[in-house]
Amino acid sequence: MSAAVPIFIAVILLTACFKRVDVCAAFYEGAMENLKTAAELCPTLILLMTAIEMFSGSGASQALSGLLEPLTSALGFPAECTPLMLIRPISGSGSLAVLENILSSVPAESLAARTACVMMGATETTLYTIAVYYGAVKRRAGARIFAACLAADAAGFIFASIFAKLFFA
Amino acid sequence: MLVFILSAMISASVLYSFYTGDTGGVSAAALTGCGSAVSLCIDLAGAMALWGGLMAVAEKCGITNALNKLLQKPLGMLFKALPDPAAKKSISLNITANLLGLGNAATPLGIAAMKELCKQPESALKRRHIATFILLNTASIQLIPMTVSAMRLEHGAPDPWDCTLPTILTSACTLIFGLVLVRMIFAVRKGDAR
Repeated sequence: MSAAVPIFIAVILLTACFKRVDVCAAFYEGAMENLKTAAELCPTLILLMTAIEMFSGSGASQALSGLLEPLTSALGFPAECTPLMLIRPISGSGSLAVLENILSSVPAESLAARTACVMMGATETTLYTIAVYYGAVKRRAGARIFAACLAADAAGFIFASIFAKLFFA
Repeated sequence: MLVFILSAMISASVLYSFYTGDTGGVSAAALTGCGSAVSLCIDLAGAMALWGGLMAVAEKCGITNALNKLLQKPLGMLFKALPDPAAKKSISLNITANLLGLGNAATPLGIAAMKELCKQPESALKRRHIATFILLNTASIQLIPMTVSAMRLEHGAPDPWDCTLPTILTSACTLIFGLVLVRMIFAVRKGDAR
């Protein structure tokens, strides 16, 4: 499985050679666009990471996770993942910052870190996405759509913890 | 919304540190976050740029187009009663961008698809189509978790890609669950089909 990405890269570049695509020009354009996105992410991330570091540095984050512990342990979630699940549907850069915080506090090979990574990769910024799409067409998003998408997120967190356990525990 | 959460988090941290008496921890933390944010950005910038570049090459080679064609059948099943080919095309372009992790491209394509979907005559079926489309976008269907893997690598994971398969399986299960849920919540009676 870990070979999938290198193979994918090789396939893209070989196809490009075969089809005589100007690889450098195309790559430059795509890479530049994403570099700009990364730079634009930085200021927001600085504010977010400051808030998150303070929240976990003061012990408030652990206190909150502890408060929700009966619920999360009943569902089989590692306690470290609680803040990620809370912020994931609301903010993409916020969840990125929380994930970074989790990865710095537990070893990368731990079940908690891996569960957090699967949660991050398998869910979206649901509330933000709904707001953007409905806002763009000036339609009101009904309660049913929020219910469906947020229930799918909750299911996603449960599946993430199940698959992480199956693969890594 | 986010500002509210941030303010709540920071005030909670300050109050909690008064409660525990450990104000030193929170003051140190106030200064460590900004540095970590910049390093995180730099770590991510490389992976994001590599991916963006590769995807631009893939687009020029027609690989993105091929994936788009592959999606026609399954998407046709989800949006069976959608008569408008323009709407179907925007939907499949948006889904392709999502699968390849092209967040920047996916949003404008998705908005175009939403506009096409909203042009359809008002009916229970139309509302279900919109809900299905939104769910496809909120149930993260990205095939390769590039950002997460880059972060794992930075934190010393020997095989940063090892979460890829569980992530894809989780996404698939979540998507199926969500689609069934949308079908149940947005029930369409036979008479409403047109």
